[in-house]
Amino acid sequence: MTEYRLATPLREGDVRGLKVGDVVYVSGVIYTARDMAHKRLVELAERGQRPPVEMDGSVIYHAGPVVRKLNGEWEVVSAGPTTSSRMNKVTPLLLKYYPVRMIVGKGGMSQEVAEALKERGAVYCHYTGGAAVLAAKRIKRVAKVEWLDLGIPEALWVLEVEDFGPLIVTMDSHGNSLYEKLELEIKSRVEMLLRR
Amino acid sequence: MKTSVIEEVAFQLIKKASVTLPKDVRLAIQKAYEEETSTLGRTQLKAILDNIVVAEQMDRPVCQDTGIVSFFIKGRSLDYKALEEALRRATARATKEVPLRPNAVHPLTRKNSEDNTGAHIPGITYIYEDVDHTDLVVVLKGAGSENMSALYMISPGEGVDGVKRVVLETVVRAGGQPCPPIVVNVGLGGTVDLTLKLAKMALIRPLGLRHPEEGVAKLEEELLELINSTGIGPMGLGGRITALDVKVEYAHCHTASLPVGVNIQCWADRRATARIYPDGSWELLS
Repeated sequence: MTEYRLATPLREGDVRGLKVGDVVYVSGVIYTARDMAHKRLVELAERGQRPPVEMDGSVIYHAGPVVRKLNGEWEVVSAGPTTSSRMNKVTPLLLKYYPVRMIVGKGGMSQEVAEALKERGAVYCHYTGGAAVLAAKRIKRVAKVEWLDLGIPEALWVLEVEDFGPLIVTMDSHGNSLYEKLELEIKSRVEMLLRR
Repeated sequence: MKTSVIEEVAFQLIKKASVTLPKDVRLAIQKAYEEETSTLGRTQLKAILDNIVVAEQMDRPVCQDTGIVSFFIKGRSLDYKALEEALRRATARATKEVPLRPNAVHPLTRKNSEDNTGAHIPGITYIYEDVDHTDLVVVLKGAGSENMSALYMISPGEGVDGVKRVVLETVVRAGGQPCPPIVVNVGLGGTVDLTLKLAKMALIRPLGLRHPEEGVAKLEEELLELINSTGIGPMGLGGRITALDVKVEYAHCHTASLPVGVNIQCWADRRATARIYPDGSWELLS
């Protein structure tokens, strides 16, 4: 378990060195994206159009923040991660079309996503679900917001962050997944429990 | 009773529930932190405990998923129409002033109402109690845990073992997705609508309080032990403490049925209760 401090845009070399169990802090710019923003990003790529943000080396944060407007500026009040598994189906396409280098969420993602991360050279990091005010404290500014027509939770928020973390690498870029390993252990344990 | 009082109390309850966890929940998470043995699991519980403190200090929602708002009202017959309007106004006001995240969308168009109200939302459950006062409970429930809920219609012949199997199956399938340590609220028996309603009735019972019937209390304890033997752990990263508690409520059911409703609650078990007296005065109960 090693601790890393990385700055965006992330390079493939930055993330290829990360292993399951490593701890990462990210500084720079991250984008929130949930179900609807993922759908739109993929649709744009399939139509040959460009999204309104730079995707090369990007960090995608599965989150829908609580925000308020103070003196005309957006402020993030509370912003923990959302359940990543909802994006399982669309994520291999996202990673196929865009050079995203890191996905941050909670609850883990599928083996198909693990394969896509390996192919692209990207990692999945866990952030404590519900630790929303701790997360918001690391968000320094809302740089901009795109796609507000999707509603506040589903919009694409461009956030300036400082030492955003601790993020735990739970799926690395070599096909390793903490979730896959645990799932097998839990399954055999539960079979035993139910036989008792 | 004046609806302006209901509206104000409901607003204050939503604000309190979104920012501060009830004492029973805070104590249960602290105990989980002390009992957890996995290093990774402990880091998660520590972050949760720190977040609870910081949220209260900064007066901010403890989790960004401020959920769907549900009210439970216990008392005598009330003017339902006026009450519903007051609770809708309180919800809309809280969305703006706390603030809450606007979560309520049309199920098909996904258009956001932007104030957390909509068709049948906030949810309102009336419970008749022959008392002079009225108790108002608010529950803010996020989607991460609600999405992991399940309804089973098992064969009566499967009995208690069958109940344990499906509860465990639901918890294992959910894994780290509903933000464990979770609270598992189970409805047993009834008809399908009632089964899930019973699970929600279990949700408003404080943690650590066992069902008054011995056999049901025993089932609660056995289920908790089973769930905490799976190794799912805090946030599904492995560890001992997967659940803070299990609560079961039951109704009689058809002789040919054994419905089991499993409603999962994340660690941010947000609820607040107030008692309103006939003269319009009120006090916060939890």
